[in-house]
Amino acid sequence: MLKDKIYEDFNLNRNVLLDNFSEPIRQLKHKAFESFVKLGFPHIKLENWRHTNLKNIIENDYKHCFSPSDKDVDIEQLFQCELPEMDTYTVIQYNGWFMSRNNDISLMDNGVIIGSLNKAFKEYPEIVEKHFGKYTAVEKRSLEALNTAFAQDGIFIFVPDNVKLEKPIQIINILDADTNLITQPRNLFIIGKNSELTLVHCDHSILHRQSLINSLSEIFIDENGFVDHYKMQNKDAESTLITTINVHVESNARISTNALILNGGVIRNNVNVKLNGKNAQADLKGLYLVDRKQHVDNQVFIHHASSHCYSKQLYKGIIDDDARAVFNGRILVDKDAQKTDAYQTNKNILLTDNASVHSQPQLEIYADDVKCSHGSTVGQLDPNAMFYLRSRGICEHSSRMLLMYAFASEVVDTITIEALKYRLDTMVSKRLKGELSICDQCVLHCSEKAPDFLKMDFKPIV
Amino acid sequence: MLSIKNLEVSIDNKVILKNFNIEVKAGEVHAIMGPNGTGKSTLANVIAGREGYEVLNGDIIYKGKSILESKPEERAREGIFLGFQYPVEIPGVSITNFMKTAVNEIRKHKGLDPMPAGEFLSMLKEKKKIVEMNTTLASRSVNQGFSGGEKKKNEIFQMAVLEPQLAILDETDSGLDIDALRIVAHGINSLKNKDNATIVITHYQRLLDYIVPDFVHVLYGGRIVKTGGKELALELEEKGYDWIKQEIDI
Ligand SMILES: Nc1ncnc2c1ncn2[C@@H]1O[C@H](COP(=O)(O)OP(=O)(O)OP(=O)(O)O)[C@@H](O)[C@H]1O
Ligand SMILES: [Mg+2]
Repeated sequence: MLKDKIYEDFNLNRNVLLDNFSEPIRQLKHKAFESFVKLGFPHIKLENWRHTNLKNIIENDYKHCFSPSDKDVDIEQLFQCELPEMDTYTVIQYNGWFMSRNNDISLMDNGVIIGSLNKAFKEYPEIVEKHFGKYTAVEKRSLEALNTAFAQDGIFIFVPDNVKLEKPIQIINILDADTNLITQPRNLFIIGKNSELTLVHCDHSILHRQSLINSLSEIFIDENGFVDHYKMQNKDAESTLITTINVHVESNARISTNALILNGGVIRNNVNVKLNGKNAQADLKGLYLVDRKQHVDNQVFIHHASSHCYSKQLYKGIIDDDARAVFNGRILVDKDAQKTDAYQTNKNILLTDNASVHSQPQLEIYADDVKCSHGSTVGQLDPNAMFYLRSRGICEHSSRMLLMYAFASEVVDTITIEALKYRLDTMVSKRLKGELSICDQCVLHCSEKAPDFLKMDFKPIV
Repeated sequence: MLSIKNLEVSIDNKVILKNFNIEVKAGEVHAIMGPNGTGKSTLANVIAGREGYEVLNGDIIYKGKSILESKPEERAREGIFLGFQYPVEIPGVSITNFMKTAVNEIRKHKGLDPMPAGEFLSMLKEKKKIVEMNTTLASRSVNQGFSGGEKKKNEIFQMAVLEPQLAILDETDSGLDIDALRIVAHGINSLKNKDNATIVITHYQRLLDYIVPDFVHVLYGGRIVKTGGKELALELEEKGYDWIKQEIDI
């Protein structure tokens, strides 16, 4: 049982999990562990976990990596996974640990700090302690507690006031081990007033061992700041990927997230956003293309804690074979959060009778001057559109492909960085065609069989 | 070119067409008129191969072969084109992409390589002129947010691109303003030649002022009950369908 293993791991590794940290962090981690002991792993009796059952997953044993790998990893090889047309800063997280070519943490001329969170605890304690754990519900959400207790390393980014980072930062999260592995990556992103940051977060795995990632990112966006966050998930069938992003948005600041899920075993993404100041905005998008026995669960929680804030959710999915998708979008509008605009859309296409989707909006509105809407659809490909396309000479397969691609493009088209949009567009169309890959030149591609439903030679033309 | 014999078609166990016969030769224009709900669109859909209809009897012979077993795309590749009464909106697919895919699939079927991009784009530009289509329209999603008239123009634009041998235009004139009607009719006429044929389904004689039909048929009770020249359309415009119904029902 994983739970026993976790107790044992924690107690045997107190030196690296607690003693290495400053007093406030140590206290928080200790409290988090006790909370996890109390709450245990999430189970299907919990409202937000009704459709994602971790039972079988946590019956397995997984090993933690309590120190960075000393294996000689060929970073140059891994770096092939950059988005080629894009000029990005690339950082790699290897089995949960920050990994770099030269420096573990660097301070750039413009005051931006990028590097290992583990190092940041020591080198920038005042910044880290001000934010670490502040946007995370260790008392209520057990996996966030677990991550906090076990957090050792991850990516740390600090952008001071008035700095717009032109280049996106690409984070590549890689699992590579010959045993079953659990990792608890912890990231902290702090964006100053009037500053901007673009993050592209890719999750890969190299070896097809059973793995469990429980990652947590905290993002703080100060007044008038902006974070554009992209997540690409292309994992193997043996993996369980649980990600949580907790975002705190101050007045006039904006968060945009885009989760593109192309493959995975079990994927659960939690996005929790607190709109904490007037005119704060959240624009949350997601696209999931799942087949075989994959399971994807997207949970969005937007807390309108201030007036005049805006939030929008657009999640779309195509579900094939026996795959299962879950979408749960919760909007909480506080009593004082007047003039709130909150919109939510979830659209699903089921390609087979065995594919399933559970889509649920949850609205809790305590203010009276609120514009709020939600809509959820589950359907097949539009037969009228199919006939229309076929009546022009386009074969059935191509017509399906074209419609699915078009369905997906509503999400992809919202990407504002042209190079990234082009890239993701290509990836989505490849994924639909059954040519599985995350990046063309990537060495980390999964070797599973391509899904049959779209093996064809159609090429969408942009 | 097209010969429909004794066709009987039902949908949801309801017989719509019965004893339906028509002969269409290359170079001809046929107009089909008839009261609402008599099965004009049903006929058009069945010729184009839409699923959901049951052919209980008879046959559709196109270019000498029965097409009843052919898929819609196969019929399209053989030159059948349906101008939809209600063109379908397809969010996310641009007209350009749509036409490029269609043209190249048809070419592939004929053993040809895809049309070079430059050639395709200049061809598209030429075809847009035929229906005086706004250039920005082609980059938009197919029919999405188009006005009724724009949708109909888009149908004829697609017809111009695909150059069918048999075009069935289902109420292409409805929803068009006077200028648009003239443009669309002009477009249809300019695509006409001695090797292709057109079936126009319409409620109004107006269209037939521009597209002069060789035959006007009246569809009623599942079959063609009257056939005449273009003067029949004038007569219908004047007197309605009651006199025909009376003739039949007696
Ligand atoms: N899917 C369907 N299910 C049941 N009945 C249908 C279906 N489609 C058409 N019908 C019926 O078949 C009949 C013929 O319809 P059709 O659309 O062919 O008429 P039409 O002659 O084109 O009429 P209009 O002039 O109004 O366009 C109508 O009574 C219609 O209600
Ligand atoms: Mg009709």
